[in-house]
Amino acid sequence: MSEDLHSLEGAPAFCEIDNPVMPYLRQDRLPHIWCPGCGIGTTVNCFARALTDSGLDLDKVAIVSGIGCTGRVAGYMNLDSFHTTHGRPIAFATGLKLANPELKVVVYSGDGDLTAIGGNHFIHAARRNMDLMVVCVNNFTYGMTGGQVAPTTPPGATQTTTPYGNYEYPFNLAHLADACGAVYVARWTVYHVKQLAKAMLEGLHKKGFVFIEALAPCPTLYSRRNRLGDGVDQLKYYKEKSVVRSGADTKDVPLGFQSEIVVGKFVDRERPTWLDAMNTHYAGVFRERYQPWGGGHAQD
Amino acid sequence: MDGDHAACEGALAAGCRFVAGYPITPSTEVVERFASRIPLIGGVFIQMEDEIASSIAIQGAAWAGQKVMTVTSGPGLSLMMEHVGLAAITETPCVFVDVQRGGPSTGLPTLPGQADMMQVKWGSHGDYEPIALSPNSPQECFDLMIKAFNLAEIYRVPVFFMMDEVVGHMTERVVIPPADQIEVSERRWTKKLPGEYRVFEPAEDLVPDMVKAGDGYRIHVTGLTHDERGYPAMNAVAHDRLVRRLNEKIRVNADRLVDVREEELDDAEIVVVSFGITSRVAHAAVEDARRQGVKVGHLRLIIAWPFPRTRIGELAQRVKAFVVPELNLGQMALEVERAVAGRVPVIPVTHAGGTVHQPSEILARIMEVAR
Repeated sequence: MSEDLHSLEGAPAFCEIDNPVMPYLRQDRLPHIWCPGCGIGTTVNCFARALTDSGLDLDKVAIVSGIGCTGRVAGYMNLDSFHTTHGRPIAFATGLKLANPELKVVVYSGDGDLTAIGGNHFIHAARRNMDLMVVCVNNFTYGMTGGQVAPTTPPGATQTTTPYGNYEYPFNLAHLADACGAVYVARWTVYHVKQLAKAMLEGLHKKGFVFIEALAPCPTLYSRRNRLGDGVDQLKYYKEKSVVRSGADTKDVPLGFQSEIVVGKFVDRERPTWLDAMNTHYAGVFRERYQPWGGGHAQD
Repeated sequence: MDGDHAACEGALAAGCRFVAGYPITPSTEVVERFASRIPLIGGVFIQMEDEIASSIAIQGAAWAGQKVMTVTSGPGLSLMMEHVGLAAITETPCVFVDVQRGGPSTGLPTLPGQADMMQVKWGSHGDYEPIALSPNSPQECFDLMIKAFNLAEIYRVPVFFMMDEVVGHMTERVVIPPADQIEVSERRWTKKLPGEYRVFEPAEDLVPDMVKAGDGYRIHVTGLTHDERGYPAMNAVAHDRLVRRLNEKIRVNADRLVDVREEELDDAEIVVVSFGITSRVAHAAVEDARRQGVKVGHLRLIIAWPFPRTRIGELAQRVKAFVVPELNLGQMALEVERAVAGRVPVIPVTHAGGTVHQPSEILARIMEVAR
């Protein structure tokens, strides 16, 4: 396609020059693997916007992904980036953060990766209030492997491993994160780009376990198999059925099949991070003999 | 000091400042000591939610610049296999301590075994070449642990420290030398600038120079097959190139990595090959046999992987038989057989674990072979 574009003599050189997201991407890795209509790219746009607005030194921001379609985000970001094993990015990120507390560490992965195979790491990192920003792109399915049922798939939705419809109860991820101790919990859809970018910006400046759920269409597998139309149709659904209810009790925000979506910032509170708790505790035990680990402070 | 504590002291002396672990008998004393020692030394211990998390948290810490270790026993080691592969393909320096007990499964938690030897070589999917050391005393738990960390830094492979319950819980005198007499290998950081540097470009020894997150190099590290930039490369040519290099960096250095202790091999007609705690029993059996006039020698594997194939092959040209006692049903005996290649008999002296051999069991096989 680019060959044809470049052959148009006199046409304006568009896209490459002014796209403000480009400096945040590894341009030598494009085009990306995501399908037309997929929402992951939109979340990346929001993330790039949040990074711009954050004022953080990007040399000190690291991104960690697991496996899956969203797991590929790390590889496209022009940051120190780690594409780890399935379900384990939070555990990897825990080591990365604790070994060099000056880093801002972002975990960016999908719903299956973070909350099925990675569910144990998720709940414990939230419990510990590990200083990580976790972005979960929730498309209700396992996209990379062809559309199997996920812990987030709404009851009634059809997937390749629930060919007669899903009869399991799904997770309400916001409630899960809240119950486990996350200090910041927000949910937006990829229709809400400004709000999602703002949540990511707030998340980048928040100390502790930040959980941002971004609902995103998977037109190739989830939408098609459930006869929900294409990516645009899903955006229309997000637009029509989303209700902003910031501060809502997270137990009241479950997601159903094509039903109302409660979005907003649900939790924003303060708790000592794991590292702060360790340093404070040891300073109490050992007094002046203890040197706080991580000496300086993380960017915030 | 017991072997578990000595292993922890060895790790500290080697510069390890980050440990993630999960409690499991008979290894737990290693992390207990680390947890008590590290606050005033400066570093982090975190007890993770499981061994899977422990084995990858250390890799995150390694890419942040720390020397790292996790500690476990058989059932935990099985869970860690996923990240043995990750360490191999991302060339992350890290040490896995395995205080072996009886298996399979929960097996004999409080009693010794040596049945994880093949698991560390073959347990993660794909082709990789780990390094495995096999101490037989608390003193060696200290000394060889430093070597384990050094080898992890030099070759950037997962290094296994293959203790067992007896070595871990045995108390003996341990001499810790002054710090300036301990040889510690530091990570080989790149001298290149961002822009020139390629994260998986091998140096002459086939091992890439390293950087750490936060240094401004904007590296990408993936468990996918990758090119020298670290970018995914999904094709057979790139895969062949990467996997061969990952294995070659150990294979070409296999002779340099050989670490065996040889006793009375000059005139030996029978060679006992042993490792770890069994080597102490085997030593007694060999002495007994010598007293009875049998020309028997002893070759002890200090580094079990890579296996000293060349040396065993040389011996196979001139001896009558090998006797291989081990606390399993014949794992390293298979490797001896491979090296011997049918030239002479290889006689395993098997033991399912739970205790160590009696010297008389090993002696009896030596005497049988000698007849």
